[in-house]
Amino acid sequence: MEIEQEDLFAPRLVTTEELFAPGHRACIGCGEALAVRHVCKALGKNVIIVTATGCVEIISSLLPQTSWRVAWIHTLFENVSAVVSGVESGYKARKRKGKVPAAKDVKFVGFGGDGATTDIGLQALSGAMERGHDFLYCCFDNEAYMNTGIQRSSSTPYGAWTTTAPVGKKSIGQMTWKKNMPEIVVAHRIPYVATASPSYPFDLMAKVKRGLETKGPAYIQILSVCPTGWRCAPDLSIELGRLAAETGVFPLYEVINGEYRLTHDLPELKPIKEYLKLQGRFKHLTDDAIELIQTRVEEDYMKLKAKAGVK
Amino acid sequence: MKKVVGLEGSFAIAEAVRMANTDVISAYPITPQTHIVERLSEMVADGDLDAEFICVESEHSAMSACVGASAAGARVFTCSAGQGLELMHEVLYIPSSMRLPVVAVAANRALSAPLSVWCDHSDVMAIRDIGWIQMFAENNQQAFDLTVCAYRIAEEVLFPTMVHIDGFFLSHVIEDMVLPNDEEVAGFIPEYKHPFTLDPDNPVSMGCYAPPFIYSETKKAQEVAFESTHSKIQETWKEFGDLFGRYYLPVEQYRMEDAKIALFTMGSFSETAMLAVDELREEGKEVGLIRLRLWRPFPFKEFRDAVKDVELLVVLDRAVSFGMGGPVCSEVKSALYDLRKKPNIVAFIGGLGGRDISVNEFKYMIREAQEKEKAIERGEDVEVEMIGIRE
Repeated sequence: MEIEQEDLFAPRLVTTEELFAPGHRACIGCGEALAVRHVCKALGKNVIIVTATGCVEIISSLLPQTSWRVAWIHTLFENVSAVVSGVESGYKARKRKGKVPAAKDVKFVGFGGDGATTDIGLQALSGAMERGHDFLYCCFDNEAYMNTGIQRSSSTPYGAWTTTAPVGKKSIGQMTWKKNMPEIVVAHRIPYVATASPSYPFDLMAKVKRGLETKGPAYIQILSVCPTGWRCAPDLSIELGRLAAETGVFPLYEVINGEYRLTHDLPELKPIKEYLKLQGRFKHLTDDAIELIQTRVEEDYMKLKAKAGVK
Repeated sequence: MKKVVGLEGSFAIAEAVRMANTDVISAYPITPQTHIVERLSEMVADGDLDAEFICVESEHSAMSACVGASAAGARVFTCSAGQGLELMHEVLYIPSSMRLPVVAVAANRALSAPLSVWCDHSDVMAIRDIGWIQMFAENNQQAFDLTVCAYRIAEEVLFPTMVHIDGFFLSHVIEDMVLPNDEEVAGFIPEYKHPFTLDPDNPVSMGCYAPPFIYSETKKAQEVAFESTHSKIQETWKEFGDLFGRYYLPVEQYRMEDAKIALFTMGSFSETAMLAVDELREEGKEVGLIRLRLWRPFPFKEFRDAVKDVELLVVLDRAVSFGMGGPVCSEVKSALYDLRKKPNIVAFIGGLGGRDISVNEFKYMIREAQEKEKAIERGEDVEVEMIGIRE
């Protein structure tokens, strides 16, 4: 669908400057690359981004090329939050000692996939949040180790097929429930936590800006549809992101200083079947399994609404 | 005016870090390195050192934070030991490959299992190939001097640099030493300015991804650059000596004039070995001592020069390469393999997990080595002997 007079109106809504340059090597329909693009628009230029090993890093930094028009560093898989801690502390000390102008505006940002965030990098992230470094962490959650070839992570949803949680006579795929990472972050009592999705770009960008302006640690978990790993059509990335929110599978909310707020409240949740049926990773699920997931999603959503004070 | 003070090795290192006006310290407690970070924490708390002290949640994060801070243009320091070095192992390759001049001290410690907090060089051997400049101190004065030099060297050649001190033997022992004043050290270490830092005004991409068509070239460049650091290391030590009166060399020799037998050591054992050499010299034996100061990059030339007239080289390893013998002895042998005239080499392993080696045991090693040498001459296999083992 073409948007009428897009050139005229779009720049008034969002900057046309691409700080995450086109020409990167992401798969067709990659929700993560789109999310990174939106996030970078919201971040602006005065940032230093630390990225974990993973899809984002390998699609964007193949020597001798780079997609990054902002200061960027990658070192390892599990240490993004520790590296950010170092970068932030380095600037803090150098500003205090007059080696960098005190007025220089620099913000510090960590990027990691769900594996780098909820599994292998959880300790470093927890440490950095507890210490209170001034940084924004963006978890691009595509619900499995997609870079290494669709292996399950603790962020993979119940019932999803992956290459290490395969469907078999004794398995329906992932047999554990998705780790509730935003709640773990909230438990650190940091000032800003949010969930977001590139299917709602303005909401995503607004949250990134809020996270960036927050003094202290901020965390945003961004659902990043992965057509390759989810076994879905690449033209469904946006729609699946919307359905994830509309079914309550991935509710959009923010927690500011401990106060919950639903940013996309839905009086009625769509049945999760509408979301699951578009994805090959769930195609084996029986009606009973789907019912089980439906119940859990509804329960979780009610709990979230209660926290947000929504009836 | 030279100030002679009694300082614990850990405190001596903390003084060097303070005098270097370090910007960021990131460390995790582990015995026997803890006194260094405790002292540094006090200095920061008292305002004697204007640094950010990041109390990280692991050694992996300690080195990661150093990498981040160094990439942001800060002068950084960390220290660790044993298990801690093992945990940060993965990260140790990053600053050397990305040319970030992190300075670190390792208070050498044995590795589990069984748990041991005491000294040996197992942790050193596990990090031989990380691409860091690595040097050994034998006493607290050297620990201080080499740490000061490490900043200067690292920041000039843009390679991370590690000073090894033997855990407890140096870290917890108080010795007399000369402490220069702050201005003298500040004058020796110019302000750090990396050509590329993480700066929004001049964005660069660091730590990119290398496919097979370019990875080898990056490693070749790293190896060429690393090997070329020899001259700068020696120039720095020379300049330090001219200023402070204490000179250091990649390979240091003690009573090696006309020595036919040479002991080879690294670290704090060297001072005990000197006493053994003195006693053997009094007995009329032509014995000397070769102490390796610079462990990486390995000083092939200086080492070959040192042993050129030696007939019997006795190497003491403070670690085991299981199924391979003493790791340092393996390196020593490979360093001499191409020479047409080379000494017989007899290997010992000792001092594991903090066990001391006495002067008498050094003398025993020399005597035993002469017997083993006869077996070598007869073409017999000579096994590495672990000394002082109760069987």
